[in-house]
Amino acid sequence: MSLSKIKVATKIMKHSLIATDVYEMWIENKEMAKAAKVGQFVALYCKDGSRLLPRPISICEIDNEEGRLRLVYRVFGAGTKEISCFKEGETIEVLGPLGNGFLTKDKNVSVIVGGGIGVPPLLELCKQLKGEKHIFLGYRDTVFLADEFKAYGDVYIATEDGSVGHKGNVMTLLKEKGLDIDQVYACGPKGMLKALQSYVLEEQIPAQLSVEEKMACGIGACVGCICETNDRTMKNKRVCKEGPVFSAEEVVL
Amino acid sequence: MDLSVKIGSVQLKNPVMTASGTFGSGKEYSEFVDLNELGAVVVKGIASKPWDGNPTPRVAETYGGMLNAVGLQNPGVDHFIKNDIPFLKKFDTKIVVNIAGRTVEDYCEVVEKLSDTEVDLLELNISCPNVKEGGIAFGTQAKMIERVTSEVKRHSKQPLIVKLSPNVTDIAEMALAAEAGGADALSLINTLLGMKIDIHKREFALANKMGGLSGPAIKPVAVRMVYQVAQAVKVPIIGMGGIMNGEDAIEFMMAGATGVAVGTANFANPFATMEVLDGIKGYMDRYGVKDVKELIGLAVGNIEFNCM
Ligand SMILES: Cc1cc2nc3c(=O)[nH]c(=O)nc-3n(C[C@H](O)[C@H](O)[C@H](O)COP(=O)(O)OP(=O)(O)OC[C@H]3O[C@@H](n4cnc5c(N)ncnc54)[C@H](O)[C@@H]3O)c2cc1C
Ligand SMILES: Cc1cc2nc3c(=O)[nH]c(=O)nc-3n(C[C@H](O)[C@H](O)[C@H](O)COP(=O)(O)O)c2cc1C
Ligand code: FES
Repeated sequence: MSLSKIKVATKIMKHSLIATDVYEMWIENKEMAKAAKVGQFVALYCKDGSRLLPRPISICEIDNEEGRLRLVYRVFGAGTKEISCFKEGETIEVLGPLGNGFLTKDKNVSVIVGGGIGVPPLLELCKQLKGEKHIFLGYRDTVFLADEFKAYGDVYIATEDGSVGHKGNVMTLLKEKGLDIDQVYACGPKGMLKALQSYVLEEQIPAQLSVEEKMACGIGACVGCICETNDRTMKNKRVCKEGPVFSAEEVVL
Repeated sequence: MDLSVKIGSVQLKNPVMTASGTFGSGKEYSEFVDLNELGAVVVKGIASKPWDGNPTPRVAETYGGMLNAVGLQNPGVDHFIKNDIPFLKKFDTKIVVNIAGRTVEDYCEVVEKLSDTEVDLLELNISCPNVKEGGIAFGTQAKMIERVTSEVKRHSKQPLIVKLSPNVTDIAEMALAAEAGGADALSLINTLLGMKIDIHKREFALANKMGGLSGPAIKPVAVRMVYQVAQAVKVPIIGMGGIMNGEDAIEFMMAGATGVAVGTANFANPFATMEVLDGIKGYMDRYGVKDVKELIGLAVGNIEFNCM
């Protein structure tokens, strides 16, 4: 019998601060990198045994040649604080890749919308998507990763405090541009996804939204991380298993 | 080395089981561990009809543990029979179905539907803290426990395990009531009612406000309750609550448990069940224990125990 999922000690190849409280971490595991798909996530385990549950973090970039994954995360609470202290060369226990990612549809005009710590998984997406890409990135104040997106399409930035780019949120920026859109991909805070959802549903633009929920097992066993959908046979779907990416028509935010 | 133990009339190849609700119906963890190696798979609580469960957030981490208020979301017994039993039958392990209900009739309906299936044992959940009706409401009064147990027992063809709640003042009294009602075995403990508040956001960590505490944080309470119950009843006990490794499992067995169930540990380590099993074998090797049954209840009523 084949046991297909892995939880392994991966080596931290690179670990550095890239913005206030935001770190990038490159971890090495050939199998995991090979299996990883855009929009999926991994779960990181703390070493401190008082913190039992793994921390879900999206895959920001996949380097298949080197067998590495790039993760970009924000120090949020005690677990990510502990993880941020892990040194290069040390190992970290990782479970994954987990969940269902984005279905890349090579349409003419794709719009990619990211908010805050929802921005990282969109980098690999932009790398893999073909066609014309318009990338809208929204931040509260500090901007990170934005420059790296410029290689893949037109980048529009919005910050809440107006320190960089447009002052306000990505939705107003997106509406202002008045693009003729074939497909939307998004990841970010619930409020942003909600606003985007009502917009794409009204405009009848197909969209895939990556949602977040508090998790325990990360693999579909505990039904802790559900989100409501309008699927009649399975109303409550698991974000870690059926998600985190759902179509805008399906998910109830 | 003999690892086999008996729960009711059912022989398990080893004492390691999964705790209901932490292992789905086995599918997810079968990608990590070989289910053939387990004594039994105890599946998530199943009700007569599909249940949606509670709103999110449903889980929250606490120091050495976690809170959950899943609220027994499950696809219902018909779905379980059609989809999960055929999957589990592919493995050489015993199937234990945890039964959820809002009323006694609910429980009986599930039990009847399972009676002609290949399910080996039933586990009656009268101890879930996360549902308004049923669940814990049945599990905190001795009279009620006896009534529900005997009613369900009348309908069940398979041996019946009754799962007790730790949210009571006298666990032995509840255990005796279940035994009097005809329980073939007891499992304890279910989760302890708990709460977490985010002081910065000034909100409850769980949408349900309160939830069930599990994980290593509750282990001493669980060991104590297994010990107390082992002194009071004759039926076998399945011990659970914070078992992370073989040593924890041995501790439960010495306190009086015949079987052990691994719950929250699966989330912290998907290989936990296998590591518990290996740990038990390692302990037996180290101390020259030939039969795991020798360990059961060593601490119960044994004056020599403290002098080893
Ligand atoms: C699918 C998915 C992908 C994610 N991708 C990223 C990413 O790429 N970069 C990033 O910075 N963050 C990401 N997050 C959020 C990240 O998981 C949390 O910030 C992190 O778990 C917080 O852990 P902590 O110990 O610092 O916080 P604490 O509040 O101390 O954590 C306590 C518990 O709550 C859980 N928890 C807290 N916040 C969240 C959350 N938002 N989502 C899920 N569980 C949570 C923790 O995992 C832990 O079990 C993602 C979340 C999900 C669900
Ligand atoms: C997420 C979750 C879901 C659970 N669901 C059930 C359930 O459906 N039925 C039940 O009897 N117990 C349920 N339990 C309780 C466990 O089976 C077990 O009794 C408890 O978690 C203590 O063991 P542990 O500390 O090893 O997890 C659940 C526990 C958790 C953490
Ligand atoms: S976190 Fe357990 S089902 Fe998603």
